[in-house]
Amino acid sequence: MAKDKPPTPRGETRRKFLVRTMQAIGISIVGGVVWGAFVKENTYDPLVIRPPGALPGDEFLKKCIKCGLCVEACANRPSVPYEGGKKKVTLRLATPGDNKPLGTPYFIPRDVPCYMCEDIPCVPACPTGALEPDLVSTLKDGQKKLDITKARMGVAVIDQKNCIAYWGLRCDACYRVCPLLDKAIYIEVYRNPRTGKHAFMVPKVDPDHCTGCGLCEHACVTEKAAIFVLPRDIALGRAGKHYMKGWEEQQPQEAPERIRGLGHESVENYLNTEDLLNE
Amino acid sequence: MSEERVGPLRYLYKHRFLILRRISQLTIMVLYIGGNIYGWKILQGNLSSSRFLDLVPLADPFAVLQMFFAGAIVGVDALVGALIILAFYAFVGGRAFCSWVCPMNVVTDFANWLRVKTNIHREEWQLRITRKTRYLALTLALVLSFILAMPAFEYVSPISILHRGLIFGMGLGWTMVLAIFLFDLFVIKNGWCGHVCPLGGFYSLVTKPSLIRVNYNKDRCTECMECVKICPESQVLHMVGKHSSIVNSGECINCGRCVEVCNDDAIYFTLRFKKEEVSHETK
Repeated sequence: MAKDKPPTPRGETRRKFLVRTMQAIGISIVGGVVWGAFVKENTYDPLVIRPPGALPGDEFLKKCIKCGLCVEACANRPSVPYEGGKKKVTLRLATPGDNKPLGTPYFIPRDVPCYMCEDIPCVPACPTGALEPDLVSTLKDGQKKLDITKARMGVAVIDQKNCIAYWGLRCDACYRVCPLLDKAIYIEVYRNPRTGKHAFMVPKVDPDHCTGCGLCEHACVTEKAAIFVLPRDIALGRAGKHYMKGWEEQQPQEAPERIRGLGHESVENYLNTEDLLNE
Repeated sequence: MSEERVGPLRYLYKHRFLILRRISQLTIMVLYIGGNIYGWKILQGNLSSSRFLDLVPLADPFAVLQMFFAGAIVGVDALVGALIILAFYAFVGGRAFCSWVCPMNVVTDFANWLRVKTNIHREEWQLRITRKTRYLALTLALVLSFILAMPAFEYVSPISILHRGLIFGMGLGWTMVLAIFLFDLFVIKNGWCGHVCPLGGFYSLVTKPSLIRVNYNKDRCTECMECVKICPESQVLHMVGKHSSIVNSGECINCGRCVEVCNDDAIYFTLRFKKEEVSHETK
């Protein structure tokens, strides 16, 4: 082949090389931008509810190998409920069209909630550590034990406008179904001033205990659930460190330096003693 | 020797590796699907990562490599699994993943078969891109994994989408598979597997030392070129008609199509270090 070619003029090889190089760089940049945008778009979903022990956000996406072993561990339980002859499996892998990060496990509590298996089969099944056992373990007698109550898949939020218990109707479906009854969901009772003789018995969520399993959302009697699970970093606020709960004993130790040094009296008067305007 | 066989027996003989490959691909697929639906413990998970016999971890080494570039220290199971797979293909099987395991192979082979049967796309219409594009894609996959801090190819991989889809539900994944099919049918012959796929590129690079190899013996060859015509990676058969040699390129997918079509028994599977009776004649 090489023999048939006429001798290359000076510089042509170099020119060819430079053009090829530029072409390759061009293709890389265009391809990289398109590909990168696609991946980013594909992985953006702040509202996805993950299995127990899932690492937070991007850390999870980094480690999840999309093998579905957690999904299979979840599906192949003897206790998996059947409905209409079909297995009701909590976890599913996102397929194209689900608008979730492709191939990653998630669940939709209103369809099938997490049943909070005590041995948490999905977590040890994960080969990469995207589901981290340490996040759902407690120390018992010096041994780490899986503890599903440690799970923080999300947190239940109540729409008080549309929850019929807040209307004064009698409903405690979410409260009764909650695996951490009286801890994650409790009932608060107060007088109904409209009738003057009835009580409101309203459900409340304690985010410190709620695992985000979604059994409440699944059980909610309203047409569209008035209690629903959201990812914790979406649903929960943060007051900031400069707010203190003076009525909780350990608080003074966590107070800022400026206040901690002062005596009891000066703490009460610190707004007066300090020259705040000239600060 | 194959001339003695006639009729269906001959057909089977001339397609023996193709049939075995389809059986292999199908068996693996069925085992995975059974693993999900019925909880069979033979193969659980999918091609990205799985458990064999509920004991041996297996993992896609390229996926783990991307995770490494994304800055994740993956768990022991995935790491061990990736090493097992990597060692098997690198030192034993060659790029056999592509032809004996990957479900996309069925799609692209079908596109290729249709292309030949219908002559739907003539050579001169073909878009020409270099087969090295896959190494560019491979590099991009790693660079993007690093920049985006997530395994970049895993989010677009049609292989994973197809395989996951078959096990866990397809969704709109079929559009991706159709795209690959049309690309191979109308745009480039063996376009996806032979030119673009970074996973194929990855295996091409790491499986060069593998033990199982296709051997070419020039003394028996009548230069009919059937093998080169049928080979999906025809550049690896550059020695045909020139000199005897084993197919040394990692790009060979060990599919055995060349072995089947050769009527002169000039091409056959061999082990890399096996002494050949004619090896001293030509080199």
